[in-house]
Amino acid sequence: MLNLLVLIPALPLAGFILLALRGRQFPAAANAWIGTGSIGLSALFSIMVAINFVGNPPEGNVFIQTLWTWMQFDGNPVTLSFSLDSLSLIMILVITMVGFLIHLYSTEFMRNEEGYSRFFAFMNLFVGSMLILVLAGDFLLLYIGWEGVGLCSYLLIGFWYRDKDNGKAARKAFIVTRIGDVGMLIGIFLLFLHFETFNIQSVMQAAPKTWQIGSSLAILAAFLFLLGAIGKSAQVPLQVWLPDAMAGPTPVSALIHAATMVTAGVYLIARLHVLFEIAPVIQTMIAIIGAVTLLIAACSAMVQRDIKRVLAYSTISQIGYMFLALGVGAWSAAIFHFMTHAFFKALLFLAAGVVILAQNHEHDMFNMGGLRSLLPLPFVVFVIGAASLSALPLVTAGFYSKDFILLSAWYSPSGSALLWVAGIIGAFLTSIYAFRMVFITFFGVSKIPISHRPGFFMITPLIILAFFSIFGGYIELPETHHFSSFLSPVFGIPGEQPINGEGVLEFGASLVSLSGIFLALLFYVLRPEYAGAFREVPFFASLGTFWFSGWKFDALYDRLLVRPFFLIVRKSKNDFIDAVYTGIAYLNRAIHNNLVRTQTGNLRWYAMGITVGAVVFLGILLVR
Amino acid sequence: MILAWLIIIPLAGGLAAWLFEKKNALFVRWTALGSLLLDSLLLAFGWIQPAFFTGPVNDPWMIELNVPWIPQLGINIHLAMDGLSLVLVALTLFLGIISVICSWREIHDRIGAFHLNLLWTLAGILGIFIALDLFLFYFFWELMLVPMYFLINIWGHENRMYASLKFFIFTQAGGLFMLVSILALYFINGKATGIYTFDYSLLLEVDMGPKTAFFVMSGFFLAFAVKLPAIPFHPWLPDAHTEAPTAGSVILAGLLLKTGAYGLIRFVLPIFPDAVAMIAYPAMILGVIGIIYGAILALGQKDLKRLIAYTSVSHMGFVLIGIFANNSTALSGAVMQMIAHGISTGALFVIVGLIQERIHTRSIDRMGGFWSPAPRLSTVGILFALASLGLPGFGNFVAEFMVLVGTFRVSSVITVLAASGLVLAVVYSLWIVQRVFHGEPIEPLSLTDLSAREIGMMSAMAAAILWLGLYPLPVLTIVEPVIDSIQQYSVL
Repeated sequence: MLNLLVLIPALPLAGFILLALRGRQFPAAANAWIGTGSIGLSALFSIMVAINFVGNPPEGNVFIQTLWTWMQFDGNPVTLSFSLDSLSLIMILVITMVGFLIHLYSTEFMRNEEGYSRFFAFMNLFVGSMLILVLAGDFLLLYIGWEGVGLCSYLLIGFWYRDKDNGKAARKAFIVTRIGDVGMLIGIFLLFLHFETFNIQSVMQAAPKTWQIGSSLAILAAFLFLLGAIGKSAQVPLQVWLPDAMAGPTPVSALIHAATMVTAGVYLIARLHVLFEIAPVIQTMIAIIGAVTLLIAACSAMVQRDIKRVLAYSTISQIGYMFLALGVGAWSAAIFHFMTHAFFKALLFLAAGVVILAQNHEHDMFNMGGLRSLLPLPFVVFVIGAASLSALPLVTAGFYSKDFILLSAWYSPSGSALLWVAGIIGAFLTSIYAFRMVFITFFGVSKIPISHRPGFFMITPLIILAFFSIFGGYIELPETHHFSSFLSPVFGIPGEQPINGEGVLEFGASLVSLSGIFLALLFYVLRPEYAGAFREVPFFASLGTFWFSGWKFDALYDRLLVRPFFLIVRKSKNDFIDAVYTGIAYLNRAIHNNLVRTQTGNLRWYAMGITVGAVVFLGILLVR
Repeated sequence: MILAWLIIIPLAGGLAAWLFEKKNALFVRWTALGSLLLDSLLLAFGWIQPAFFTGPVNDPWMIELNVPWIPQLGINIHLAMDGLSLVLVALTLFLGIISVICSWREIHDRIGAFHLNLLWTLAGILGIFIALDLFLFYFFWELMLVPMYFLINIWGHENRMYASLKFFIFTQAGGLFMLVSILALYFINGKATGIYTFDYSLLLEVDMGPKTAFFVMSGFFLAFAVKLPAIPFHPWLPDAHTEAPTAGSVILAGLLLKTGAYGLIRFVLPIFPDAVAMIAYPAMILGVIGIIYGAILALGQKDLKRLIAYTSVSHMGFVLIGIFANNSTALSGAVMQMIAHGISTGALFVIVGLIQERIHTRSIDRMGGFWSPAPRLSTVGILFALASLGLPGFGNFVAEFMVLVGTFRVSSVITVLAASGLVLAVVYSLWIVQRVFHGEPIEPLSLTDLSAREIGMMSAMAAAILWLGLYPLPVLTIVEPVIDSIQQYSVL
């Protein structure tokens, strides 16, 4: 039964091949059926595999499926394989199910777009690559999936290819993540050099035996993989590509740039947690990166006008939470938050898509308003999503996962009060920007008439995701730990946390979340003049611009890297090495032009030349 | 005799094509194509049925032919094929067929003479890959050069005179250094053993002092480095590639450059192991410079063909690094890169040719938005741009990956610097995609999409590069014994 595993990524890939080769000839409905159907089947197989895996766990809680021999190194075959354990099981379930819902939604959302078949082809390729990434049993397959999702991200950000800016955003995403990827590739080389294998399991078993905790090679290897992770997961300082990536269609943002691909870095670190455990410096670095990122991005999210950019910065910030969890060694907390985030962020994006479509492709929230009564159902689900994002106490999934992270940041041996404070401030900012979005978009007066009402295919995924955004958290309550005990074969059994003070911390976090929502209510509904008064103060105004531009990271990189690079390109485009050869040719011609003058055709000159030459040579002979 | 036939068939085909020029254009094209197909058939027999090839010869040679040519001087017609020769001969025939097909509509002028030169160049290249007598090798080296000069000079674009002359001078100058070195080897060996011979297998065992070895090696290295090309011997390449007709560019990028790499692997590594160890680091540094310099220059170009030509400089840097890292992983990677780059860059040149046939310019500024009028052309264009940026799944990735893994054993610094080329490759490849296939069309354009002939040609190349990327094992296994035997000479 577990042998069906290979079908899970194979079906989306088959869908891609079919759509890429013949999609243009098919009618739109057939494209939608193939594109969505392949993911649906893949989700069904995932569920079947999951039931089988839980009911009848394989030996050692890992199931390995060997594919084929790809290369050979010094005569040793390098074989590709899938490996299924509880971590990858959770990943494939989330990817296929959320993926399926987003595909379903897209059948309607993309209906009138040029390139309908191209869209589904790329989406299928994406899901296939993402599944390969999380199922990979070795670094090579992992890297194939890793680059594959990057490619799809590029192709889909630039889906509306006529607009130059979309192309620019797409290239930026690819290039920035590639920088991280090259680091990761070198990390793979390093591990291969020392352990002579690409198999992740073998390396993870051998590494702690070979390298001591804190040894420089372990730190170097962990650092290189961290580079790959921060590139893909848009963490500081490589976060700059994600806000621009919103140029792609909204379902793409939901699937790739919120629910799945951008969390690949989180998955990578969780998958290699053994390596990071023997590099404590890097683990601290991860926690700090996470804390910094979640704060920076949350500030930027508070001042955006474009609804999708708010969500983009929010995604960066939420992944910052996951990094924070990873940094303090709370592996299952990170994965738990990945899962709940996939639900509520996909929900928010899809609901935003409904709004954008209804407002005639307007993205600016300040041009919207009053949609509460016009689009009641999208309003309700959007509020559910925003509540889950703000970790509204007790009733949302986001509360349980974020609470898990905050508690771990406090209690974990590598955690600290400072990290907890960063998380709490972040939580406060999160609930402000989440409900700022709700109040600006759905309250006030309507400015643009409704141009499109969502149909069955767009509504259904919203309802299902809203359901999970609320109830998805109950599998990991502070008392039960179903989720983390399911993951314990991978991450080990977590040590008992001290109970004293837990209630106080939880209560504090809840209070912070509620007060953020209240503040948003005050500023955007009850007393809008307060917000105006804030903007009057020059300091806050310039701070707002600074945050709006994403803390000027783009401008910095532009000055520091992009412009100097293109200056070099412009200066060297004529190939100065060629000039050396041209110089030689020129010199030869000059000598030729001078020597040619001696060829006068006058016999007298030639005779004299011979005589003088003879005298000189004879003279030399005589002198010697 | 099969090996001789491999060379004779294209030579004869070329002559036939030339003789029938007046008669019928289609006949000429089919003669050229037919002779290459016949050659491929011959090779395929050997590949599928090794017994057909393998006689009682020493490993790793699969088949050998050794008859005296000028016995007074110790010159033999010594041809032999091993795994390395086999894959390169296969690549030559594959790209040869592609270059005949891609000239189908492009070349109308003196087509008989064109195909004569085309096939004779190919014959020269085939000879290089199977010659085991150094004199014969040099003969083929020249045989490849002269018809290629005419291909550029007669059927090339605007600046063809300059480009062809430059190409000729660079290659010929390098070739003369090699001739000196070949003669030096001949005499050194003759003096030491009393046997004056150009035979590869005998010259492998020559004993030389380290200084002599270094100088003799330098002659070979120069010739091959010009061909490869290694920085700073590359300036002939952008001009020659840009000005050559499409078929010429395909052969230049796909095959001619590979003769340089082949020469390094076949001759320089095993004959001069100590000298190689001495120059390994400088050579690898040249490779790194080539990777970065080529990529940066590619970005500055306005002429699409010139842009792709500079990416070749960048990609061939990996070959140079792989060869001088000189372990079996890196060498396998270098060979993979020779094949993968041959196909992917060949395909990119064909695509530029297709574009130029349609819009009569190679200037990037006049391109853009090709996706909507010509989705098939754009699909293959994007596909090969992705191959060239080293995306997993394409042969180029396997090659670059193996080179880097192998080099990492030798020097991590070189590896890291070379890997930065992977970022630059993304920059220029996506730049091509953006400027040519995406965006808004500059002027209202009516671009006809690919015809059946063109689809067939491009699909074959796409299938080949994907096969190399997904299942490279057959190629690696067939090359491995050769690399092992060359490794035996290594001093590292």
